[in-house]
Amino acid sequence: MALDKPYKDVPGTIIFDAEQSRLGYWLNQFCTSLMKAENRARFLADERAYLDEWAMTEEQKQAVMARDLNRCMALGGNIYFLARIGATDGKSFQQMAGSMTGMSEEEYRNMMLAGGRSVEGNRYIGEDGDAQPHRQPQGAGSKKEGN
Amino acid sequence: MARITASVYTSHVPAIGVAMDLHKTQEDYWQPLFAGYDFSKQWMKDNKPDVIFLVYNDHATAFSLDMIPTFAIGTAAQYKPADEGWGARPVPVVKGHPQLASHIAQSVIQQDFDLTIVNKMDVDHGLTVPLSLMCGELDPVKDAWPCPVIPFAVNVVQYPVPSGQRCFALGQAIRKAVESFDEDINVHIWGTGGMSHQLQGARAGLINREWDNNWLDLMINDPVACAKVPHIDYVREAGSEGIELVMWLIARGAMADVNNGERSGPLPQVTHRFYHVPASNTAVGHAILENKE
Repeated sequence: MALDKPYKDVPGTIIFDAEQSRLGYWLNQFCTSLMKAENRARFLADERAYLDEWAMTEEQKQAVMARDLNRCMALGGNIYFLARIGATDGKSFQQMAGSMTGMSEEEYRNMMLAGGRSVEGNRYIGEDGDAQPHRQPQGAGSKKEGN
Repeated sequence: MARITASVYTSHVPAIGVAMDLHKTQEDYWQPLFAGYDFSKQWMKDNKPDVIFLVYNDHATAFSLDMIPTFAIGTAAQYKPADEGWGARPVPVVKGHPQLASHIAQSVIQQDFDLTIVNKMDVDHGLTVPLSLMCGELDPVKDAWPCPVIPFAVNVVQYPVPSGQRCFALGQAIRKAVESFDEDINVHIWGTGGMSHQLQGARAGLINREWDNNWLDLMINDPVACAKVPHIDYVREAGSEGIELVMWLIARGAMADVNNGERSGPLPQVTHRFYHVPASNTAVGHAILENKE
């Protein structure tokens, strides 16, 4: 019998469960390696060569090099592990979280100052809130893509 | 005998630690948040415990995917603040209480909770930010935290995380363990993390002020009902990282009005309560509850 995964219908959200963890094992272990200063330096000096030392998929490596955190999450990454890439780049959690929405840093920061993103319309896939798939990317990101 | 006299609840947002370490607490952005802890810092001085039992979660720092203990108790003599990728926080080393920690480990395991025992680990912002909020800025070398700390790490990173019900029951077992320790010492139990926040995906930045405050009311006044809130409600209403709130139920379950899974007798005194949005991506909640004779 299949496991109960009631969290699959929350928009814009990937729950890091055992299945995601299995997909992302090497991606996340690579991230953990960046907690050592010498590894951060080696990674920054030649990202491709450093990534090739890990048993990651090509898609995972491309997502890391593009700093596409949404793609990294979909491929099994977890935000607390991926945060090591952000730290290596000198980015804060707010900059990392914001980068996944399409909003500019300023737009995201202002949204938080105004009380954060509303849950209304964002509880279930199929509603009309700003985190729904049909409304991505948000903010400045939507203009860039000419939407 | 040892006693739990109070429980403290607080968010543990890493940016709060950064703001303190860089002396930005009086900036417009941060001032309203830190003002909410002025009372708490004085209360800590006036009600200094002998030991803090500090429930928190490790953020892929001490525990990578190599090992994922659901409940881990620190029995070491000391714990270094971890380098989480930005360099270690400049705060004092955390001194442990190996004797009480080992006693609690034995007692709680004998009450059927299968704890992992940890003799060596670094502690991340999940543990040091609550200490900083309650104790103020301290020099990493000249100063010390006011008392020994027993770190208690809960897995809330990889699902499934323990249920609210399990956490609430564990709190009751921890209280029994503390009360069977012969030394006459005063213990505080802290539950940390939360409140609503989501750090990922198109829904990043979610805050749910109404849900947070209703949950806090329930946690204080009807913890038995609060413990029954299922995981999915936290995820849907308080964001994927809002699930950290289950850790508060460990501290709540250790209060004197909870016995055999039911609430009886007077509610604990609500000494302080505070809520603020935002700290970086997160809604900050804070409360101090005391057992009054």
